[in-house]
Amino acid sequence: MSETKLVDARDTFCPGPLMELITHMKQASVGDTIELLSTDEGSGADVPEWVNKVGHEMLSNEKIEGVWHIKVRKAK
Amino acid sequence: MKILVVGGGTGGTIVANNLARRLSGEIRAGKVKITMLSASDKHMYQPGLLYVAFGQMMPDELYRDQASLLESSVDFHVDPVEQFELDKNQVKTKSGKVHMYDVLVIATGSRIVPEQIPGLAEGAETFYSEAGAVKMFKRLREFQGGKIAVVVGVPHKCPIAPVEVIFSLNDYFKARGIREKVTIKYHYPIGRIHTIKEVATWAKPEFDRMGIEYETLFNVKEVDVKNKVVKSEEDTEYAYDLLIAIPPHRGMEVIEKNGLGEGGWIPTDRHKLTLNGHDNVYVVGDTTNLPVSKTGSAAHFEAEVISENISSIVKIGTPVRDYDGKVYCFIETGHDSATYAMFNYQNPPNLKPPSKPMHWFKMSYNKMYWTSVRGLL
Repeated sequence: MSETKLVDARDTFCPGPLMELITHMKQASVGDTIELLSTDEGSGADVPEWVNKVGHEMLSNEKIEGVWHIKVRKAK
Repeated sequence: MKILVVGGGTGGTIVANNLARRLSGEIRAGKVKITMLSASDKHMYQPGLLYVAFGQMMPDELYRDQASLLESSVDFHVDPVEQFELDKNQVKTKSGKVHMYDVLVIATGSRIVPEQIPGLAEGAETFYSEAGAVKMFKRLREFQGGKIAVVVGVPHKCPIAPVEVIFSLNDYFKARGIREKVTIKYHYPIGRIHTIKEVATWAKPEFDRMGIEYETLFNVKEVDVKNKVVKSEEDTEYAYDLLIAIPPHRGMEVIEKNGLGEGGWIPTDRHKLTLNGHDNVYVVGDTTNLPVSKTGSAAHFEAEVISENISSIVKIGTPVRDYDGKVYCFIETGHDSATYAMFNYQNPPNLKPPSKPMHWFKMSYNKMYWTSVRGLL
């Protein structure tokens, strides 16, 4: 059964939000959804770039009160 | 009060020593007892492995007897914990002993897991163990020219290491007079050459100056050892003559077996440094799931907060400090210069130009570490 997991990477510079997402994607099962929270201004573009290149599925990408909420489904 | 420290790496050792000093009166009066349980009677200075891999340090310089680093009032046992029974405030060890506690500090660290990537353990040189670092140096020593690929697993210890190894490779082959015969290609998991934006911005022109090739958005998927090709999850590949890997790591098996945290990383309050839901259980260093660097530096600053708070709880009944995410990382920029990155949850690093004095400071710190881990520095 697929799961949804929240990864809180707000206020972090190292290893940073995208590294945190990759870490959790590796631990997840195909079909799982991860919601990444990030205050890094670059995440809104950096994360979709990686997700699209590696072939996972972008579900949503929005900035709410200064925090990026990015949902990704593990596709492979 | 019984304080139990599980793990004798940087974080655990600093906590134990710092507490032993802060609570010396209470220990002498028999009101406090500090016990440490560790898997090893040796303590390794892990950052020294990079120097071993380049022939700049000998392996025996990396070790001290753990007992020699601890305050005499710390009751030290080489007897690793196998079961954490948090509901009973006790642990069970490999020898079968049960240790009760009032306050528990979990400092078990992490382990490299190159085997998670097919072919990586067999095909790549790494410098994350004594044997690996010595083997990597011997491979570099016999290397006469060709293509070197550096790849980076996720997650990995010390996020500065991938950049440092590039600078070291450049200087090592320059010193041997064969730099022009060596192609160095750096592969990095995200879309710039370092996860810290300020480090990436600084390092990119440095890489260009040194003639380093680089490919970003490269997550190692597998290594074809026979044909010497490394492949990425992003469907690119590179043929190499020598492969150097920053291997992925994960938390210790005992943490996973006891169901304390996915991947062996324990869910930890980012300011209090307590295990979520357990105010008498602290987590330090690589063992946490915090979004901060897995480095001795982070462990050191966390350990200071934890020991100050446990001490103040004993003395006045309440913690006094919050961890602010502080990390201070030296960055070796070759064999004779260095800079540093200092940051916390709120403030990004402000990199200074590399200098020789900063390199000398780092070389000095390699010796001063033994003072630091004793809780004196």
